[in-house]
Amino acid sequence: MSRPGFLVSAWPWRSVAYLLTGAVTGCVALVGIVTAAAVGGLLAIVLVGVPLLVLTALAGIPLARLERLRLRLVDLEPAPGRHAAPSATGLRPWLTTRLRAPATWRELGYALLFAVLLWPVDALAITVALLFPLSMVASPLLMATVGDGMETKVLKQWTITTWPMAFGVAALGLVLLALCAYVLGVVAGARAELTRLLIAPRDADLGAELVELTRSRARLVDAFEAERRRIERDLHDGAQQRLVALTMTLGLARLDAPPGPLADQLATAHDQAGRALAELRELIHGIHPKVLADYGLEAAVADAADRSPVPVEVTLELPGRLSQSVEAAAYFVVCEALANIAKHSGAGRAEVSGGHRDGRLFLAVRDDGRGGADAAAGSGLTGLADRVSVLDGRLSLSSPAGGPTLLSVEFPCDPCEPTDRCA
Amino acid sequence: MRTDRSLRVVLAEDGVLLREGLVGLLHRCGHEVVAAVGDAEALVAAVEKHSPDIVVTDVRMPPGFQDEGLRAAVRLRERTPTLPVLVLSQYVQRAYASDLLDSGDGSGVGYLLKDRVGQVEEFVDALCEVAAGGTVVDPEVVRQLLRRRRDPLERLTPREREVLALIAEGRSNAAVARELVVSEAAVGKHISGILSKLDLPPAEETHRRVLAVLAYLRA
Repeated sequence: MSRPGFLVSAWPWRSVAYLLTGAVTGCVALVGIVTAAAVGGLLAIVLVGVPLLVLTALAGIPLARLERLRLRLVDLEPAPGRHAAPSATGLRPWLTTRLRAPATWRELGYALLFAVLLWPVDALAITVALLFPLSMVASPLLMATVGDGMETKVLKQWTITTWPMAFGVAALGLVLLALCAYVLGVVAGARAELTRLLIAPRDADLGAELVELTRSRARLVDAFEAERRRIERDLHDGAQQRLVALTMTLGLARLDAPPGPLADQLATAHDQAGRALAELRELIHGIHPKVLADYGLEAAVADAADRSPVPVEVTLELPGRLSQSVEAAAYFVVCEALANIAKHSGAGRAEVSGGHRDGRLFLAVRDDGRGGADAAAGSGLTGLADRVSVLDGRLSLSSPAGGPTLLSVEFPCDPCEPTDRCA
Repeated sequence: MRTDRSLRVVLAEDGVLLREGLVGLLHRCGHEVVAAVGDAEALVAAVEKHSPDIVVTDVRMPPGFQDEGLRAAVRLRERTPTLPVLVLSQYVQRAYASDLLDSGDGSGVGYLLKDRVGQVEEFVDALCEVAAGGTVVDPEVVRQLLRRRRDPLERLTPREREVLALIAEGRSNAAVARELVVSEAAVGKHISGILSKLDLPPAEETHRRVLAVLAYLRA
């Protein structure tokens, strides 16, 4: 509006159109809402009115939609509605979703405000800022037609009797019109801003929704971790204990059994129980390694390195324990990377390095293999990247054909006090 | 070094089934379980009351089901560095074994997988070995560590590493010789080679073996 071309651009016209349609829409809305509420209220006694009242409560939704469309007249930024999709198709889910959403009530509030207060403001602005200067501009014309060339009244107040006066008033009207174009622009802009604030919030709310979204994903991951720990505990305290007791009993029985077919069968059973126990142990470890919970990431990574068939050098120094979710995600990144190295890279050795700087955990896994790992090829890497991103972390991979491969991750996180292990 | 005397054992294991089984097993092998308890606090109290020859404990115990048993064992060793402790764990993990071996001078400790109690004779042998001041580390842990090739073990020959691994499992020279099908004299030569390469000057024999095992575990 501060640009010199404002007066000759489409913006004054857009402002006028916005305010004018606003006045009309608001007027219609007032009549509609009052009528519906009155009829609904009267008929509520015979229950027929109740659905009508519900409909009235929902009146904000179509009106807000219209208002968002009208907003495009003076505000080029898209103004999307933010209604959540109902959980199922059909009238009832739609109705419950809408009636529960704060957006619905906010839009109803806007509809009431619009119908009672805003449209008269629109109308007033149009009247004052458009009709007054226009009627001044029209003075010579009025004098020539209605006043028979003798006299006319400007704004029904001052009588003009001479032609120079009439043209002077007309010239004044033109100047005033130009000034009022700015006033209309300001009013329309302010109205649009208010509308947007109430029914099409820009960034602040979007930010809140994103945070909500991230939190719910993080909650899901946490819930998943908790479930893993529960399964691990159940297996440990149940099946594993029983199997240990069984192998012990079988071991004792073998001591007692005289040599013969019975002793042989006992020996077979004993071996099988032992093997089942070993498999169960590996399974439990895969679900949630206890060393991670008890000793933290450094020890768990050292343990993963111990298990790797490819020799792994570990240089990882951390200031203390980190949050459980970060520790778990980082650990599984390292495990997956080491598993990939063992399976695909043909590497002779690998290295896990990392540390904690500036509130971030850095980890790098490199190998001297043939490279060519592709994160997009649907390998476990995509899943890892997903898992990392939930915690706002970043995973990057450099793996040119011919090697070497470097996988690095970083997470924002702070070390935890040993007293309150962060959940 | 191995004794056949009857040992007075304090046992800590929260699983009732396994606890009763272990009591029966130890009793059968001629040892006396003076107390069988289900949590770490009761373990410490029982050791104070009975002053046993050896403590056998689980790692994960009430109330937190973390590594209470192990921590209690380490505490007991800090108080009485000569108290033999055999820890039974469900997990093959160096971190647990290291914590335990770091307590005291590392002699008279054992870290075994629970699976091993099924091999009744081996288990009872390991128990006696620890009670006599030896160091026993589970072959699974040893096997994992063998995969690592780092200082100071890099200077050892493959054969010397094999011998060291067997010592870490708690074998005597004779047992190592049987396992590798060599003479006991050859084993002795390997051991002196290991000790000199690990910079362990001559001292009392058992002690140097323990230090070698510790060096091996920390490598």
